[in-house]
Amino acid sequence: MSEQRPDGITPSQTVGPYFKYGLTPNGEYAWNDAFTNNLITPDVSGERIRVEGTVFDGDGVPVPDCMLEIWQADAQGRFSDPQDARALPNSSFKGFGRVGTDANGRYSFDTIKPGQVPDPDGKPQAPHILLAVYARGMLLHLYTRIYFDDETANTEDPVLALVPADRRATLIAKRKAGAANPAYVLDIHLQGDNETVFFDV
Amino acid sequence: MTLLYPLQSLAAHPPRLSPGYRSTVKRSPQKPLIPIRQTLSELTGPVYGHETVRENDHDLTIQHKGEPLGERIIVHGHVRDEDGRGVPNALVELWQANACGRYVHVVDQHPAPLDPNFTGAGRAQTDASGYYRFVTIKPGAYPWGNHHNAWRPAHIHFSVFGHAFISRLVTQMYFPGDPLFPFDPIFNSVTDEKARARMISSFDLENTQPEWALCYRFNIVLRGRNATPMENKQ
Ligand SMILES: [Fe+2]
Repeated sequence: MSEQRPDGITPSQTVGPYFKYGLTPNGEYAWNDAFTNNLITPDVSGERIRVEGTVFDGDGVPVPDCMLEIWQADAQGRFSDPQDARALPNSSFKGFGRVGTDANGRYSFDTIKPGQVPDPDGKPQAPHILLAVYARGMLLHLYTRIYFDDETANTEDPVLALVPADRRATLIAKRKAGAANPAYVLDIHLQGDNETVFFDV
Repeated sequence: MTLLYPLQSLAAHPPRLSPGYRSTVKRSPQKPLIPIRQTLSELTGPVYGHETVRENDHDLTIQHKGEPLGERIIVHGHVRDEDGRGVPNALVELWQANACGRYVHVVDQHPAPLDPNFTGAGRAQTDASGYYRFVTIKPGAYPWGNHHNAWRPAHIHFSVFGHAFISRLVTQMYFPGDPLFPFDPIFNSVTDEKARARMISSFDLENTQPEWALCYRFNIVLRGRNATPMENKQ
């Protein structure tokens, strides 16, 4: 079937204040979750980790009506998507998670530490998780990345290298001392002095 | 299949800082976004199965004991890429207010009744041609606190997944001829008139079901362009 070529993409609009019952009901509404903030499947290999933090607006006020989505490779650096020709066909790890921030703007994901993914030149990138941020008051979501402060590969990462040194810390989750299970903390600042680095991609 | 995701296509989107929509003022970045190359991380995306979309998830009128109040409608269309090719197996999620303009969300307390037979959430997956279909209730307009006498035009929220994490789209579908269009800062945050028109569904008489439901068509165009267009093939 030949279709007329569209005159452009469909514009984005905000998720608004009321997305929760549709996208992140979490047992509070008569609807089921398509995705949750727990990506761990029983058979998945790799280090189990938690990533957590708070989302803040330009006044430093926590954002309670924010949705975060993550997309990541498995511990071998492979994506659960046939477009990644290297993918393991029987991997049950989906690599996608979604969460709504709570009343205090807090979020968390339980997942595994991703492996290294090559850049377009075949150069390995440091382990990272893609993060998309949606909220009331955001007409178009923002893309950023979560890196890990205990990865020596960060110094060689081609994306981090594009970020001014004084802003790199906004992308690097800090390992929590004394936690029973490995946990990392990364706060998201939508605006302000400590504004998170977002990508034009 | 390899797709390209040109940055120029993003010009259709609203500016993140659109002061007419007050909440954007403190929730939009002030430092420039940093351009990066699209790597495998950006160019792949999640894939779903039948566990994500159940058989009747596309019909919002049969989720409770009784039928919801309001005007039953069919909303259908195609999810396509920028070259007009259907996006198969795309996940389409929607959520909306009931016929009175009230959301079940606990924060929505405006004085309009809830409908015990309507939650307002649905899910569908496109077929091999990119086609999706929902059965629902026409949502009402509702007031909000952005400015004096502010009302949102009737709309349905859509969330769509394409082939890549960077083709992800969250938008709102509007209904043709809404008198509130000129006054809504969210609708008008999209500055290009042609782009705005792509958020408005069209009345579809041909697919209206006699004595049952009016039909609206909403075609969705995601980022993504064929890397090897036909005209370049030898
Ligand atoms: Fe809405």
